[in-house]
Amino acid sequence: MYFPISHSDINPIYLVVVGFIIGILGGFFGVGGSFIAGPALRLMGVDWNYAVGTDLAHIVGKSIVAARHHRTLGNVDLKLGLIMALGTIAGAEGGAQLIQALKRSGNVNSVVSFVAIVVYVSISAFMLWESRKTLQTDKRTSQSGPAKGAVSKKDHSAFGPVTRSIQRMNIWPMISLPTSGIPKISLWIILFVAFVGGLFSGFLGGGAGYIRMPSMVYVLGIPTHLAVGTDLFEIVISASYGTITHAIKGNVDILIALVMHTGAVVGAQIGVVATQYFAGPKIRLAFVPLPLIGAAIVIYTLLTGHKL
Amino acid sequence: MKQQAAKSLRAFAIELAVYAVLVVIYFFLVLHLLGDWLYRLESHHRYVCAGVALLLIAGQAVVLDTVTTLLFRLLRGRSR
Repeated sequence: MYFPISHSDINPIYLVVVGFIIGILGGFFGVGGSFIAGPALRLMGVDWNYAVGTDLAHIVGKSIVAARHHRTLGNVDLKLGLIMALGTIAGAEGGAQLIQALKRSGNVNSVVSFVAIVVYVSISAFMLWESRKTLQTDKRTSQSGPAKGAVSKKDHSAFGPVTRSIQRMNIWPMISLPTSGIPKISLWIILFVAFVGGLFSGFLGGGAGYIRMPSMVYVLGIPTHLAVGTDLFEIVISASYGTITHAIKGNVDILIALVMHTGAVVGAQIGVVATQYFAGPKIRLAFVPLPLIGAAIVIYTLLTGHKL
Repeated sequence: MKQQAAKSLRAFAIELAVYAVLVVIYFFLVLHLLGDWLYRLESHHRYVCAGVALLLIAGQAVVLDTVTTLLFRLLRGRSR
């Protein structure tokens, strides 16, 4: 099928399958899946600028579906999502400015690649350590504690003491997040977490769910199920902003995004339903390979010189 | 429990088949009709095209989500 906007010829079934896989990842982990969608489009010969812009448009559609389903399951904190959207948009602009500065100095590719590898591997290593430790603690508690019940949305983490001390930081204005079960937290901490997520989104591309979802769990103390749903809601807003700016610059092939999205709709539903059958630490443990895939792609492009 | 899982799986397989047919019809009707118009819009009216792109993807998300949810509910109801 010929897509006239990006002048590319791609089999629509390939796009639907890619969308389907990304949909499952998005629904289950609350990530946009840009580390797969971008390279998948590039493999079919779509230019990077179109791959980035089109991926953002597709993320909007996919996240709307997943966020709607998470909302019906009670997994979306609207107040938190709206506050975070503000920080993310500001951060994304900051990240884009950093890229422009690196472009002017002439070493954008090497710096971004190095930062990406360090960030992706660090996230994976930390989440592997934390989720395994939490699961081991859970096992010991369930052996000596009360009988097993239904999978609770209130999960705990081995990083809990640090999270609680962050929540206790008294920096005005303090707000409450009743949906997430947080009685008091500084607005600035939420904005800071969102800003950092946005910074990585602008700097490394995509929705940066691989940074934001773990940050929401470990820094803000949001239960994993709510972090996944709220992250998706927040991605709808920030990716919409990204789609508009990229479309104005002529970087969006909306026809490709529409075709990819037909597969993502079904995938997202499967991903959302699957979260109901897994406890928070298990979702976090399953998340570990995702940033490593991103790191592997970057290392491959660095070693071979190929743009995937 | 196993029976219920098998029923859900069957309902899902039927949903996928029906959905695949709908998607093929969608490709041939909507994308062929919209393709040229969107290409012209992208070449001459970038700002309008940006708004239309966002509306299209959001609209498609809501419509397809409603269709799949209805299909799934209908098929699950029948398989019970």
